[in-house]
Amino acid sequence: MFGRRRGHLGSEADRATFRTLHTASLASPALREGLTVTSAERSVRHLRALLGTPAVAITDTAELLAWDGIGDHHTHQCPDIIATAVEHGGTRVAGHRELPCNRTDCQIRFAVISPLMVEDRIVGTFQVFTGDATAGLVRAADEVATWVSGQLELAELDASRNRLMEAEVRALRAQISPHFIYNSLGAIASFVRTDPDRARELLLEFADFTRYSFRRHGEFTTLAEELRSVERYLLLEQARFGDRLGVTLRIAPEVLPVAVPFLCIQPLVENAVRHGLSEKGDGHITIIARDHDAECVIEVEDNGAGEDPERVRRALAGDAELDSVGLGNVDVRLRNTFGDDYGLVVETAPGAGTRVIVRVPKFAPGVHP
Amino acid sequence: MITSVPSVVAVVLVAIATLAIGTWGLRLSRTTSDFFVASRSVRPALNASAIGGEYLSAASFLGVAGLVLVFGADMLWYPVGWTAGYLVLLVLVAAPLRRSGAYTLPDFAEARLASAKVRTTCTLMVVAIGWLYLVPQFQGAGITLESATGAPPWLGAVVVATVVLVNVLSGGMRSITFVQAFQYWLKLTALLVPAIVLVGVWLGDGRPSPDGATNDHWSLPLADGGGQGLYLTWSLIIATFLGTMGLPHVVVRFYTNPDGRAARRTTVVVLALLGAFYLLPPIYAELGRVYGERADANVLVLDLPRLMLPGTSGEMLSALVTAGAFAAFLSTSSGLSVAVAGVLTQDVFRGPRFTGVRAFRAAAVIAVVVPCVAAVAAPDLGIAKAVGLAFAVAASTFCPLLVLGIWWRGLTDVGAIAGLGTGFISSGLGVAYSLSPFTTSGWFDVLLSQPAAWSVPLAFTTMYAVSRATASRVPSHVRRFMVRLHTPEAVALDRG
Repeated sequence: MFGRRRGHLGSEADRATFRTLHTASLASPALREGLTVTSAERSVRHLRALLGTPAVAITDTAELLAWDGIGDHHTHQCPDIIATAVEHGGTRVAGHRELPCNRTDCQIRFAVISPLMVEDRIVGTFQVFTGDATAGLVRAADEVATWVSGQLELAELDASRNRLMEAEVRALRAQISPHFIYNSLGAIASFVRTDPDRARELLLEFADFTRYSFRRHGEFTTLAEELRSVERYLLLEQARFGDRLGVTLRIAPEVLPVAVPFLCIQPLVENAVRHGLSEKGDGHITIIARDHDAECVIEVEDNGAGEDPERVRRALAGDAELDSVGLGNVDVRLRNTFGDDYGLVVETAPGAGTRVIVRVPKFAPGVHP
Repeated sequence: MITSVPSVVAVVLVAIATLAIGTWGLRLSRTTSDFFVASRSVRPALNASAIGGEYLSAASFLGVAGLVLVFGADMLWYPVGWTAGYLVLLVLVAAPLRRSGAYTLPDFAEARLASAKVRTTCTLMVVAIGWLYLVPQFQGAGITLESATGAPPWLGAVVVATVVLVNVLSGGMRSITFVQAFQYWLKLTALLVPAIVLVGVWLGDGRPSPDGATNDHWSLPLADGGGQGLYLTWSLIIATFLGTMGLPHVVVRFYTNPDGRAARRTTVVVLALLGAFYLLPPIYAELGRVYGERADANVLVLDLPRLMLPGTSGEMLSALVTAGAFAAFLSTSSGLSVAVAGVLTQDVFRGPRFTGVRAFRAAAVIAVVVPCVAAVAAPDLGIAKAVGLAFAVAASTFCPLLVLGIWWRGLTDVGAIAGLGTGFISSGLGVAYSLSPFTTSGWFDVLLSQPAAWSVPLAFTTMYAVSRATASRVPSHVRRFMVRLHTPEAVALDRG
């Protein structure tokens, strides 16, 4: 009985390990946001619990970000300590000279300072204030600082992933293919003599289309705006292909105000046009937007050659060799915005056409056009 | 017991039509077109009709006439309050709520206070208010069917609940604005046509006018009851004026508006539509004073044509009114059930065991079955009275949250939860008292049976005071959020 229980909870050493790991896991979400006053304030408490010293501090390379523990009167000494630490590089101990204190009851006599490194660059320091700087404590402080550096490095990785995503959206914006521009202008030119009114209308549609696609601000837009741009795009493509391209739109007006990521439908329609028209002569595109209680469901369907599901899976996984760059990008942005439940669903098989389904919640915190 | 064949046919037809629209309606109502569908947003007039169609429940259709018949002109405060609630909604809430981007009330709470706990609290309140509102709908269906066929009251409740459940599970009808808008005009016609005929009959009969016939205080508002009567009236006014904004099935309709301005316009049209509709029940009540001494007040509207016009024509008019009443139960109950099932799906049935459609189905079954059982088991309070209690709960919980959340920067998550809790418990005491067999008299009875006059100020005060005490918890994005709520969409501005 007792043996089993001990086996279940682990020995004293095991439990200490668990406690340490748990405390570290409490500090990690904040640190994963990067080194800011907020993240430092939220994590510093747990870091002090790891070491069990009178006080610890997190700083950037110039000033104090967060302090936890006793001895507030030492906080003003931080900047000087940081300066020497940044100059010095490694972990070091600061003594009386740098921490002058005339209070007899003050428990703080020494500070162990370790630099926080991200990609071999010092971004801040981790400072442990103690009454007695043992070798063990110096080692522990060094290890904690290394762990914090690791978390900050991950934060940096997250940030650069987001930057990459933004860059990709910018690229998508600029990615109106040169072919599309030549072809549209060519189609418009062909109407200039025969049907000047239509040529003028198409030119205005073209102007509106490019204005929307090159829009600089705002990560989100309304479904109405996005669909309006899709309609313009299809009008221009129809001017070029004439009767070869058929279009059906079935849009529930209730879902038009839904906020969606900018350019999340248009790449799907471009893909559909490309696939729908490539193999056979005639293509038909169907776009459906339905109201589904707290969600909106958008389907983009073509009757083209279809595709091998395995290829689509690779495209969604981000394989850049395939020509469906738009598909993977839309998928990632939808997941990033609304969560993993809201990725693209692609139904396709060779010879059976392709249907791409997008689900968007009517409300998500922080998502507004 | 009266068994009326035309009425039974009318009920069956309405039920079948509702199910048919639910199943095939989506295909019928959507004309497919080639281009420019994206500019066709829902117009305020259409959306307002849809709100009217969903809002006018059994309480409006049957309850008001019965109350006025029995208790006199005092009871006109019910329809006045149910209409004027939209005035308060228009002035204080409509446009900012739309601009917040929230679809449901828990969505708004989360967007404003950035707190999952407040969201959960709001979800519980939405479910509670929805159920409280559904119970009288099902009970009303019971007495309607009883009046038409002589069936036991529980049967009507079960029939309506079943139709609603099938309808919600098939997932069609409610989402189509056009169908809900049609419901309003159906209800209006079902009351208006018989009313015109009956007034003509009354003029032809040369019977005395109602207030001449009965020389009591019936036609005078605030005639009796003294201080307690005055309190009851004020409490009713507060509950109905402030409760409308907290009704879950009304709020989701505002999302369909393209912007805040359209939301305001919609509300104005709703005011006009409801104002027109509520002219009719008092006519039935007046005629009931002349002809319907024998009528059951709960089903006065259904019986009156039969009493005034014996024969086929009276039966046909009764059938028309019965059809309208059934449509009222079905549309309001469907709207409420979907709203309740929606929040249950979002916030309760989550996790690996419940995904997508399965979660919504489980939620829908619970959303309908619980109030149906309650409707059969609970005592009959009178439809309008019971709905009035649902308004009191909504006014004591969501009204403070919305008004303070939209117009005061200082609201905090802790304050919101404290206020919601206080309002819910205090108004819930009133509900519990009304449902329990325990009775008392004097001021205690009055204060408990109409709690809004003290529970709403209490909830406001609690929310304000606790927010003040926890001022450090004011969310950091509040200023930005306020700018978004209160700036018209047309203004070029970085809304962040």
